[in-house]
Amino acid sequence: MSTLVKLTAVEGRLFLREPMAVIFGVVFPTILLLGMGAIPVLREPSPDFGGARFVEFWAPSALVLGLGILGVQHIPATIATYRENGILRRMSTTPVHPGKVLAAQLIVALAAAAAAAGLLVVAAWLVLDVPLPEHPWWFTLAFVVGYGALLAIGILIAAVTPNVRTANGFAMLAYMAFMFLGGVFLPRFTLPDVVVRIGDYTPPGVQALLDAWFGDTGAATAVGVETAGPPQLAQLAIMALIAVAAGAVAAKLFRWE
Amino acid sequence: MAVIEVTNLHKRYGETVAVDDVSFAVEEGEIFGILGPNGAGKTTTVECVAGLRAPDRGTVTVLGRDPQRDAAELRQRVGVQLQESRLPDKLKVAEAMDLYSSFYRRPADWNTLLESLGVADKRGTQFRKLSGGQKQRLSIALALVGSPAVAVLDELTTGLDPQARRDTWDLIEQVRDSGITIVLVTHFMDEAERLCDRIALVDSGRVAALDTPAGLVARAAEEQRVRFRPSVSLDDGLLADLPEVTRVERAGRQVVVTGTGNLLHAITSVLARNHIIAEELRVEQTSLDDAFVALTGRRFDDEEGK
Repeated sequence: MSTLVKLTAVEGRLFLREPMAVIFGVVFPTILLLGMGAIPVLREPSPDFGGARFVEFWAPSALVLGLGILGVQHIPATIATYRENGILRRMSTTPVHPGKVLAAQLIVALAAAAAAAGLLVVAAWLVLDVPLPEHPWWFTLAFVVGYGALLAIGILIAAVTPNVRTANGFAMLAYMAFMFLGGVFLPRFTLPDVVVRIGDYTPPGVQALLDAWFGDTGAATAVGVETAGPPQLAQLAIMALIAVAAGAVAAKLFRWE
Repeated sequence: MAVIEVTNLHKRYGETVAVDDVSFAVEEGEIFGILGPNGAGKTTTVECVAGLRAPDRGTVTVLGRDPQRDAAELRQRVGVQLQESRLPDKLKVAEAMDLYSSFYRRPADWNTLLESLGVADKRGTQFRKLSGGQKQRLSIALALVGSPAVAVLDELTTGLDPQARRDTWDLIEQVRDSGITIVLVTHFMDEAERLCDRIALVDSGRVAALDTPAGLVARAAEEQRVRFRPSVSLDDGLLADLPEVTRVERAGRQVVVTGTGNLLHAITSVLARNHIIAEELRVEQTSLDDAFVALTGRRFDDEEGK
C-alpha cells in the first residue's frame, strides 16, 4: 500500500509539472464560465432556459470541458507514453507491478477533476451567484460515475492503440464527440432533440450534473421534458455500465509494452 | 557456483524463432557477455532470464530459482536495465531514486550510489535534461538500487559518445568489483573484449561459441587475412581456388582474402604468375570480429545491412 501512496505522490507532482493539463483540465472551465458571466445578457434570466440564466444552464458543460481534457486527453496520452517509453517495462522488472503506476495515474486524475469541479462550483457561486448544488450527494455521485466512465474510455483508447500518435488521434476524436454531446461547443438547447437525448447518456453525463446541481429549477428542465429533482437513475446506470464495460475491455486488451 | 543456468532455451513469437537453442551458465562474480548481431536473440534470452517472458522450451534458473515461479523473490534480487527504458520526462533524478528504492526490501543507499556513478550533482535535474551518458548512469543506478546479487544490463552503451562509453565501462568494472554478478548484452565487439570475463557468442538464436575473449580470438587465430589492391583487374576465382583460401571479398578497390596456412605466400605466387602487383599489401591480425566470422561463417554486421 505504501508504494501506491508514494507512486501517487510522484505522479501528482508530475501532473503539476504539466502546465497544459493543469491549466486546461483544472482551471480553464472556471475561467471560461466566468468569462461568459462577464457578458451581461448571459447573466440575465431567459425564457430559453425556463427562466434560468445561461451561466447556470451552461455551467455543467464547462465542467465537461475540463473532465474531457483530463479523462480522454491527458490520461490516454500519458499511459501511451509510459508504455512507448518503456516506463511500464522498466517497472515490470522491479518488485512493483506496473499496474500500480496506472492506479496512481487514475487517483491523480480523479483528484484533478475533483479540484476542477470544486473550483468551478465555488467560483460560480461566489462570482456569478450560481447556487451551490441542490443535491450535493447526487452531484458527487453523478460526477464520479460520469467521470469514471470517461476515464475508462480514456484507458480503453490507450489499451487498443499501438503508439502515442494513434492514441492522441483517437483521443482527439473521442474528445470532440464528448464535447459536442456535452453542449460545450453549442449550448444544448440549440442542438436537435435526438442529439440532446444521446448526450443525456454519454459520459460524463451533463444532464445528470445539471439535474443534481439545480434540482427542478428552469436550468435543469430547459432541455429535459419531464426531469425534475435528482438525476435519473437510468442515466447514471447506463454510464456506470459504460465505465464497467470499457474498463473490462481495456483490462483485457491492455499491453504493457 | 553458477548464478544463472540456461539450458536448451527455445522461444518463438508466432512463426518467428527468436531463440532456437541457447545454453550457458554464469558464474558468481563474473561479467558474462552475450554478444551477437542485432536480431540474434540476445534480448529475448535475457528477458527469459529476467522472468519477463516464459520460455517455450528449456529451463532457466537464476540464483537457484525459476524466474517464472519465483518472480516476486527474484525481482528483489536481480537488477535489470533493459534497452529503451526511459523515465517520465519531468521526473527528477532524486525522485526516481527515492521511488525505486522504496520498491525493495533492502535498498542500497541511493545517495552513495549516485555519487559512485558520478551523477550526484544531478539529483534535482529532470530526466529529459540529462545527457545520454547521464541517463545510462541513472539507469544503472536504478538497476542497482535494490542491492541485487545479479545485474542484467542490455545494450548499455548504444548511442553514447566514445568518452561516455569508456566511462560506463569503468563503472561496470566497479560494480563487478563490489561483488555483483553481471550479465552484459551487447553488439559491440570492443565492449565485450574489454569488459567480459567470458562471452557467449550468439548467432541466429544459437550459441556459436562460449569462451573468454582471448580464447575466442585464439580459436580463430589460425585464420589470417590479407588485404591488397591489385595493379590490374583480377579474377577472384584465381585466388578462391587455392587450398589455403577460405574466402575472397572485395572492399572497394581492395581485395580481402581470408584463409589458413601459408596464405601470404600462396597469394603472392599466384599474383606473380599472372604479372599482377599487389599494392597496399597488408596482413591483418585476428580480432574478435574475425573470431565471429570464423565461428559463425558470416560477417558480424550482416544483419545490420552494412
